[in-house]
Amino acid sequence: MHAPETMKPFRHIGTRPVRPDGVDKVTGKALYGPDFKAPGMLWGAILRSPHPHARIVSIDTREAERLAGVKAVATGRDFPTLESLVMHVGEGASDIVDVAHNCLALDKVLYEGHAVAAVAATSPEIARDALALIEVEYDVLPFVLGLEEALAQDAPLLHDNMFTKGVKPRPDKPSNASMRVEMGAGDIEAGLAGAAVTVEGRYTMEPVHQGYIEPHACVASWNGDGQAQIWCSSQGHFSVRSLTASVLAIPQSDIRVMPLEIGGGFGGKTTIYLEPVAMILSRKSGRPVRLAMSREEVFRASGPAPGAIIDVRIGADADGRLVAADVEFKYHSGAYPAVDAGAGVSSAIGHYRIANTRVVGTEVLCNRPAAKAYRAPGAPQVNFAVESALDELAARLGMDPLELRLKNAAKPGDPQTSGLPWGKIGWIECLEAAKAHPHWSSPLGPNQGRGIAGGYWGNYGGPSTVNLSVAEDGTFTVATGSPDIGGSRASMAIMAAEVLDVPYEQVRCVVADTASIGVSMVTGGSRTTFATGMATVEAAGEVRHLLCQRAARIWGASPEQVQWRSGEVVCLSGDKQGETMSVADIASRSFHSGGPIAAVSALSARGWLPGFGFHICDVEVDPETGHVAVVRYTAIQDVGRAIHADYVEGQIQGGVAQGIGWALNETYIYNEEGRLDNPGFLDYRMPVASDMPMIEAVMVEVPNPDHPFGVKGVGEVPIVPPLAAVANAIKAATGKRLNSLPMSPERVYAALHPEG
Amino acid sequence: MNKIHVNCAVNGDATEFLCDPGATLLDVLRDTLGLTGSKEGCGSGDCGACTVVLDGEMVCSCLVLAPEAEGRSVATIEGVAEGSVLHPVQQKFLEHAALQCGFCTPGFIVAAKNLLDRNPDPTETEVRYWLAGNLCRCTGYDKIVRAVLAAAAELRQERTPACTRPRQ
Amino acid sequence: MPSPAFHAPDTVEGAIALLAADPLARPLGGGTDLIVQVRSGRVTPSSIVDLKRIGGLSGVRRDGEAFVIGAATPCTSLKDDAQFSAAWPGVVEAANLIGSVQVRNRATMAGNLCNASPAADSVPALVAAGATCVIAGPAGRREVPVEAVPVAPGRTSLAAGEFVIEIRLPAGRRSGSDAYLRSIPRTEMDIAVVGTAANLEFDGEGTCTSARIALGAVAPTVVLVEAAGAALIRTRLDDAALDAMAEAVRAACDPIDDKRGTISYRKAMAGVLARRAVRIAAERAGVKA
Repeated sequence: MHAPETMKPFRHIGTRPVRPDGVDKVTGKALYGPDFKAPGMLWGAILRSPHPHARIVSIDTREAERLAGVKAVATGRDFPTLESLVMHVGEGASDIVDVAHNCLALDKVLYEGHAVAAVAATSPEIARDALALIEVEYDVLPFVLGLEEALAQDAPLLHDNMFTKGVKPRPDKPSNASMRVEMGAGDIEAGLAGAAVTVEGRYTMEPVHQGYIEPHACVASWNGDGQAQIWCSSQGHFSVRSLTASVLAIPQSDIRVMPLEIGGGFGGKTTIYLEPVAMILSRKSGRPVRLAMSREEVFRASGPAPGAIIDVRIGADADGRLVAADVEFKYHSGAYPAVDAGAGVSSAIGHYRIANTRVVGTEVLCNRPAAKAYRAPGAPQVNFAVESALDELAARLGMDPLELRLKNAAKPGDPQTSGLPWGKIGWIECLEAAKAHPHWSSPLGPNQGRGIAGGYWGNYGGPSTVNLSVAEDGTFTVATGSPDIGGSRASMAIMAAEVLDVPYEQVRCVVADTASIGVSMVTGGSRTTFATGMATVEAAGEVRHLLCQRAARIWGASPEQVQWRSGEVVCLSGDKQGETMSVADIASRSFHSGGPIAAVSALSARGWLPGFGFHICDVEVDPETGHVAVVRYTAIQDVGRAIHADYVEGQIQGGVAQGIGWALNETYIYNEEGRLDNPGFLDYRMPVASDMPMIEAVMVEVPNPDHPFGVKGVGEVPIVPPLAAVANAIKAATGKRLNSLPMSPERVYAALHPEG
Repeated sequence: MNKIHVNCAVNGDATEFLCDPGATLLDVLRDTLGLTGSKEGCGSGDCGACTVVLDGEMVCSCLVLAPEAEGRSVATIEGVAEGSVLHPVQQKFLEHAALQCGFCTPGFIVAAKNLLDRNPDPTETEVRYWLAGNLCRCTGYDKIVRAVLAAAAELRQERTPACTRPRQ
Repeated sequence: MPSPAFHAPDTVEGAIALLAADPLARPLGGGTDLIVQVRSGRVTPSSIVDLKRIGGLSGVRRDGEAFVIGAATPCTSLKDDAQFSAAWPGVVEAANLIGSVQVRNRATMAGNLCNASPAADSVPALVAAGATCVIAGPAGRREVPVEAVPVAPGRTSLAAGEFVIEIRLPAGRRSGSDAYLRSIPRTEMDIAVVGTAANLEFDGEGTCTSARIALGAVAPTVVLVEAAGAALIRTRLDDAALDAMAEAVRAACDPIDDKRGTISYRKAMAGVLARRAVRIAAERAGVKA
């Protein structure tokens, strides 16, 4: 690796330049998923199940096919028969059979909104009318929505062949529990028995949605020769390619996925819903087909984050040293197995040194849409329980809650829940920064309370490809395979410009399609600035090296006689000693000195480190109505090193806002028929501007020694602590502990007025 | 289908189009006129991503029937900049990193400009309530509010708005 | 599903003719409810009759002792009329809590009334204000109290071909004021869980001479709680009077449990918010409560 000398002051790292894609986005020119049109394009629409659980007896599409303007109709029978194959796409893993059946149900519908058929027509109105002509005969089955109900002996089974993984011996009966994960150390019961003080509690919440403003949309065009193009927005166009190819059982290289700008994902766009369906409709009609979800479809059919029931027992000795923690939780998977429990187990209590631990997570299937990754998937739920319980413990101990956390905080080298040692983490540094922050010691007004919570997320590295090329005039283009959700093109340009020591504007960054760059994993897991950044740094180093070689060749010097200095090559000895050659000089002569200059870095980034955050939240509670206003919020986070400081702060602020929404008002509401009652932004209440205070993002920098610039992932950590920080603030303001999310005015009122 | 012929002004240009009587102004802007800067986030007036200015007042174009535009003036995100010169609201959104994914950004910019056109010196609270009809899921609104306040200050030709931290 | 026809008549008579000729025709004011309902398929009108091109139906004007608000007047433009805002601040604030600025630039109080949602924000304020509306139809014009229009969620007393052309409020404010408060989970963009409006008059001594308290979202239609008003009359809004008023408010509530709120919370909030609304109205009238 061509790591730069990190001791010298940075020229670009940590600055705040305007993002390269900015002007397109403030002028309305940027093309997002729903904005793309292909010549001759048809409009698709999807028929969805009104039932939460039913066997599909028959689907009669003949009337729809006869409607003038309808060019194709598709059902689950149009997909090839697939063998079970688990595919890993970033922060999730799915069996390709489930992915296919989620795109179009085959034998059973498993949730209200499950896709059962699709049409393509010459106008959206005709497509919509055609849906009404499709006759589906359902054999309606009993359904189950709740976690404990789904685990009951007599619960309706979603899948007859589901035997709980992670249980030994293998269960002899199928159930709705798809997976059980357990980790721990020591002797939990002995540890709790020996504790001077213990607290225990149950914490619950319903699923919540990622809430990206751009609904899912794609255009697919599949030609008779087998080759296809898909234009869509996603968190990973290579995952779109691999998943779609697998569902359709065709070679990946026959699909070229063109990444459009993505209007938010937060984990929810790491999977596919529409692309294989649009492909089938395109092949049948011979024309490009657009499929786009309405907001209602997004809520009914795309991945929420799991709801949860979490039971916690924590014990400490009389000095406030944590001695035992027992956490057992159940997460909603929805219709198909999900993987949040594993991350939940590793994200529960690893931020503290505790000798005796047991953390158990169970994934539970139920008749809801399949859960998908949502920003630190699996972590906020369990963190809400643990950090709330710690607040209770501090109160019981008569100890300052920050001191309790500081006293027990894990340091580098301490074991994680898995037993592996923590690397160079910055958790203690965050706690110390909180203690020193003016917010921590500022006075509170009437009916106000202050809550704190800390949390972490493991982050990731993984495969990324970057192609850095030099234009004939000496300017640079960085092409990556990583969709830019929140400014990563700017971060890549900063890192390349830093390595090359050239002006930021001399480096432009684009997101290349699947045929134009090598495979890159999804933008998720807080991996892009880390992993794609590592590839960018490596490619920039290689290009610098090539430029030096070319200059030496042009001068007739040996490579050892030249050196890169201030964005150009200097000749150190010989008859050209002291002469310099600019990139433009070298590039303009490149065709005759060895050819175009470019470097590809394709790597699987290792050495990622988790991120830690600590939040301070002040609320004001209206004691007569239960309304909670967040009046001040400070989020402190170890970011390793901020590449583009504005977008690091932005990640922290955005994660906090999502966490506050989750804490106070967001929730899925199902009615007694098993249908979603709030499938829109009106009643799925995400925070609006007037709900929020300014959010102070404090960046602590404990650089990652295994990244050339010290980067740690920053995007996911900030959604972890807010749930408990808000709950603890409400407790401080009112004396009441709220164990169930959301902490809506009605719930807070009920806690304050138990008499009704 | 009985299409309706509509004459109106879009970003100052005389524009005519044929539309289905039940089509929304947003449908026509995006699908007929190719102005895809106005986004559809919800189709029910709850997200503000389709905000346009109709005869001087900002509205959700998903809640306007296209035939209603007859004889009226529509201003969209595509008309906010003057040629290649960005409006101060656009410039401040860039300088303050007030966008992450950028999908809600056109609606915010149209709404913020409409605020500053009538109130050159809004308070933070006024900005937040004015923009409450525009959902952003990425930013937590912090940098958006700062950008709008900075744009207001710039439009008033002040150098350093009170609410904005010093920048590098 | 054929798209509905679109008409934009320029006279009241033209609109009546279009609406009377087609039982499935719907008048279009601001469209912030109707267009959502049409696009979701909840209503399927055969034609839409836009009222906004009709002369005289937009804006606030004085007609002797009345303020007249044209049916096509968007909520935000109520704020532009200084006299009306001074006389009926509660009505203006209620109308300007609906949706967002974008929505209020389109939404009208007449539409809010005729959409017949029990949670409509402007209706309790209008009822408390003693507002009437003028209805035009094939049989001529009639004037009714606004509370006579909605009869059940989503249903009105309007006959075929009828539509509201204007809302009228008293212009000769004596010594009182009004206020509207609602409970929503967020600070904006929500449907009222409970809405409470108070319209009070006082004598020179600060004694309440007239009080009208109206509630939204606690019954199938907006409720005018006469007992609550009566509890305030001839008092100086002392605690006992406010307690009695709040008790009458809670007793008048007949809410449902739904995704937006429970029966018990709605009842409790009706009492709390009615008290606060009364205090605000009194303060606006220059009376210390």
